[in-house]
Amino acid sequence: MSGVRVLVGTRKGAFVLTSDGKRNRWDVSGPHFGGWEMYHVKGSPVNPDRVYASQSSGWHGQIIQRSDDGGKTWQPVDNKFVYDGDAGTHQWYDGTPHPWEFKRVWHLEPSLTEADTVYAGVEDAAMFRSTDGGQSWHELSGLRKHGSGPSWQPGAGGLCLHTIVLDPRNPERLFIAISAAGAFRTDDGGKSWKPINRGLSSQYIPNPTAEVGHCVHRIAMHPSRSNVLFMQKHWDVMRTDDGGESWREVSGNLPTDFGFVIDVHAHEPETIYVVPIKSDSEHYPPDGKLRVFRSRTGGNEWEALTRGLPDRDCYVNVLRDAMAVDSLDPCGVYFGTTGGQVYASSDAGDNWGPIVRDLPPVLSVEVQTLR
Amino acid sequence: MIRVVLPAHLQNLARVHDEVTIEIEGRATLRQVLDALEARYPVLRGTIRDHVSLKRRPFVRFFACEEDWSHESPDAALPEAVTSGAEPLFIVGAIAGG
Repeated sequence: MSGVRVLVGTRKGAFVLTSDGKRNRWDVSGPHFGGWEMYHVKGSPVNPDRVYASQSSGWHGQIIQRSDDGGKTWQPVDNKFVYDGDAGTHQWYDGTPHPWEFKRVWHLEPSLTEADTVYAGVEDAAMFRSTDGGQSWHELSGLRKHGSGPSWQPGAGGLCLHTIVLDPRNPERLFIAISAAGAFRTDDGGKSWKPINRGLSSQYIPNPTAEVGHCVHRIAMHPSRSNVLFMQKHWDVMRTDDGGESWREVSGNLPTDFGFVIDVHAHEPETIYVVPIKSDSEHYPPDGKLRVFRSRTGGNEWEALTRGLPDRDCYVNVLRDAMAVDSLDPCGVYFGTTGGQVYASSDAGDNWGPIVRDLPPVLSVEVQTLR
Repeated sequence: MIRVVLPAHLQNLARVHDEVTIEIEGRATLRQVLDALEARYPVLRGTIRDHVSLKRRPFVRFFACEEDWSHESPDAALPEAVTSGAEPLFIVGAIAGG
């Protein structure tokens, strides 16, 4: 019997939502780690019972939790994230040099091949890796030291490495994104990195087409085509067909091309989803209507998906890590809002309904398909 | 015996209730108490003071005998009433957040 497990991180704890393959009835467990900010919770594709969680608070800093039973019980693992060597400086909001300081883990990306290997994207922006199930963490400092690091500047949410995409065909190749430095790629397992921002244009930086400085919000890939990436940037929805060497805009007929999330259908590599947000200063859907937009053509041509979603007076946001898909057939699509709702569609976006309505603000949504 | 009262979130993290007790010979310092506390409950490392600099986290305070010890040297001897166990050392989360 197949099923799905939705892992939800919120401002005040984590929640685990489970259902069978029909995805009609849901069990809700939580809050786990009540009162703590849960930036991200994600399971290992190798061992679905292995789940990693980033737990943090302004009072007590960062904790990493690990579950070996699918989120029923948890054990804290190592929380020591120390930059490699002299941390140096990046740019502060006012343009002055600012020491690199660890603040929190935004994103945990378990390896596609080893349950004990997991990557952590952190603020201030850096990439860490554990190869012992979270018992110790080591920085992949080639990213921060590749050359442009001192010029990186934080976005409104901080200088965060929030997106990690692993290439299922090449374990040496990883893509990451940093707000507001841009997208980077390694082809040697994290030793060396290069910016991959050609084709991006950002009016909020002095040189709109600079090599770094872009506020990339999210990158998504279909596992069958690792050279094709889709990006939701601060403004603009973008696409690359050459592993990030060049990007082109595919915003097309979207009502606004600002937003945070982007994801790809599990079985249709050209079907992608975004949630348009009104603007960079008005973080809610246009016209008070919460709509997911789907393109079946890999961008440019978009259709509004509205059935079951609020069509008036809705002013929530959908944050960058808060959309995911399952791999059942039909594909399930899930997203969480800052209003505490988690919406699900079990038919690839045609119809939606809330699994839960009243959680704390949702920071992240991940899905495990259980078979 | 030194009695330490942790804030609720750290009690949950360390899986303890109410006070914890630490054994230190003689007139203990705050540093010795935190070292012993972290040795006994490794999960607390980094949650009260920074892993590397060992500086108190900004939103954590240390109270003892109705006085704020947050800004005292970590190597200053704690009050006799604390080291004797007559009074607890309070580790407190500052009023902040939402």
